[in-house]
Amino acid sequence: MTFIKAGLVAVSLLSLAACENGGIFGGGSGGGTGAGGSGQTPGAIEESSLEYFATQIGDRVLFAVNEATLSDSSKAILDGQVAWLNQYPARAITVEGHADEQGTREYNLALSARRAAAVQNYMVSQGLLSSRISVIPYGKERPLEICSTEVCWSKNRRAVTVVAGGLGSV
Amino acid sequence: MGHKMIKKLIKAAAILMLLAGPQGGMAQDRPVLEIDVGGPVIDPIPVAVPRFIAENGGADRLAIDIAAVVMADLVSTGLLREIPGSAHISGTSNFNAAPQFADWRVVNAQALVTGAVSTSSDGRLVVKFRLFDVFAQQTIGDGVQYTGSAEGWRRMAHKVADTIYSRITGETGYFDSRIVFISETGPKNNRLKRLAMMDYDGANLRYLTDDSAIVLAPRFSPNTRDVIYTSYASGLPQVYLMNLETGRQSPLIDDALNMATAPRFSPDGTKVVLSIIEGTNTDIYLIDLNTRSRTRLTTNGGIDTTPSFSPDGTQIVFSSDRAGRPQLYIMPATGGDPVRISNGNGSYNTPVWSPRGDMIAFTKIKSGRFHIGVMRVDGTRENLLTASFIDEAPTWSPNGRVLMFFRETAGANGAPQIYSVDLTGRNLRRIDTPGFASDPNWSGVLR
Repeated sequence: MTFIKAGLVAVSLLSLAACENGGIFGGGSGGGTGAGGSGQTPGAIEESSLEYFATQIGDRVLFAVNEATLSDSSKAILDGQVAWLNQYPARAITVEGHADEQGTREYNLALSARRAAAVQNYMVSQGLLSSRISVIPYGKERPLEICSTEVCWSKNRRAVTVVAGGLGSV
Repeated sequence: MGHKMIKKLIKAAAILMLLAGPQGGMAQDRPVLEIDVGGPVIDPIPVAVPRFIAENGGADRLAIDIAAVVMADLVSTGLLREIPGSAHISGTSNFNAAPQFADWRVVNAQALVTGAVSTSSDGRLVVKFRLFDVFAQQTIGDGVQYTGSAEGWRRMAHKVADTIYSRITGETGYFDSRIVFISETGPKNNRLKRLAMMDYDGANLRYLTDDSAIVLAPRFSPNTRDVIYTSYASGLPQVYLMNLETGRQSPLIDDALNMATAPRFSPDGTKVVLSIIEGTNTDIYLIDLNTRSRTRLTTNGGIDTTPSFSPDGTQIVFSSDRAGRPQLYIMPATGGDPVRISNGNGSYNTPVWSPRGDMIAFTKIKSGRFHIGVMRVDGTRENLLTASFIDEAPTWSPNGRVLMFFRETAGANGAPQIYSVDLTGRNLRRIDTPGFASDPNWSGVLR
């Protein structure tokens, strides 16, 4: 009976992970994450894990249309990311900048670079070594959500912090 | 009557070129163009292109195919319409005999193209044609003969059509040209992109890269031997140069951490202008292709991108958001103070200088709609040619008469296709490609 219950929990966890990951490029956890693979028990996510970073701290910040300004709530998320990174100094990150589809490809590429760099600059201002941060601007090439309304666009205007390294490399 | 018909025919064509300014020099063997500024919407000129005569047995297929390509080229301009073969009373059986003008007049053909094709056992192809004004009962220009290889038959057909177009309109033709573009497959949240090249009409499609990395905005060199483009092959957006003969590709800037986009050749092909991303800033640089030395042209903290040279190489138009939303600016090709030329509401992006030098095409975004537009170099006479959810990235035909761009539909299944439109906003056509297609760049006329 206990065995069956554990199995059910694992299944629901897997589907939760699938939902949150959305598109292939939206996961932001750099690959190899997900509760199923690590055999974690629910409610006790290992703090050093990429899953913890993505789900408990928050791996992304969102932006207003055509803006690269960090809101106070975005800064709070980034503060959490910096604190986590300070705890795990072997970790390096890539900040992926994205834009929604309401702009030309080449402008949005530069706009997404501006967003990613805004995150990078803020983290450096909070004491994180710039050598631990790299940046990739994706413009509107990698939408997470695919509808053509503000509901999707607001989620696509994002900078996602992807933590490098597998689960064992902490 | 006859002479008047030619004039009417030419005048109709001329009206479509009003925005295009002074004529490029060709077609001396026709009456002087009359430009009717207040001209109404054009009735296309009815043209008959009866099956070309096959002068030997091996030329049967090509005689049919070449005439079909010539007709398709002419009709695609919107300036001419086809009198279909089923309506023809007489065909042509002898290339050197005078046409039965009465038979062509009855079916209301105003222009008539006759042709003959012969092949030889060593793969040589000879194509001859004549263009007639049916009502005047006379030829327009001399007969022309092209010789080439049989496998290049489409190019020879395009050259025939270019000559006909030129004689009717006074403009240089643009059919013997190519498009380099981005071929796209897959769902919107996992789109795969490849660099691809095709004839201007979509024929002879050829892939230049695989789909393993995002590629963007390819542009031909002025001699059509090289393509420059942005690729994520290294993981970062960087600019690559590809030789079309060898297929060899190499990074333009030898710096692994460099991020660059929006490259475009100078008109003499010796330099590339592009944007380099550094931190929150994007500025325009000039790269010398011989020395690979780098000159910074803008220093503003805003996003300066999508630079395009004037055809004489002395100036550069680009978009910048230094004043808020992106607007268009012109600066000397050596750098220096930019002058803003766009002044309307909305944002202005992806400016491209016309081959004639007097106009700038651009992408305008206003109230959530995208437009392809044109304006004079001083920013006046803005004219929006298209409107849709996303219309983006115009490129000029070699004669500056037609623009191609890509149109992307909205929603979860939204996808891009390449379209062409006349400088007047008329004659919107989709270019037939096997999959989704975007970021077209039109070559010059091939040599």
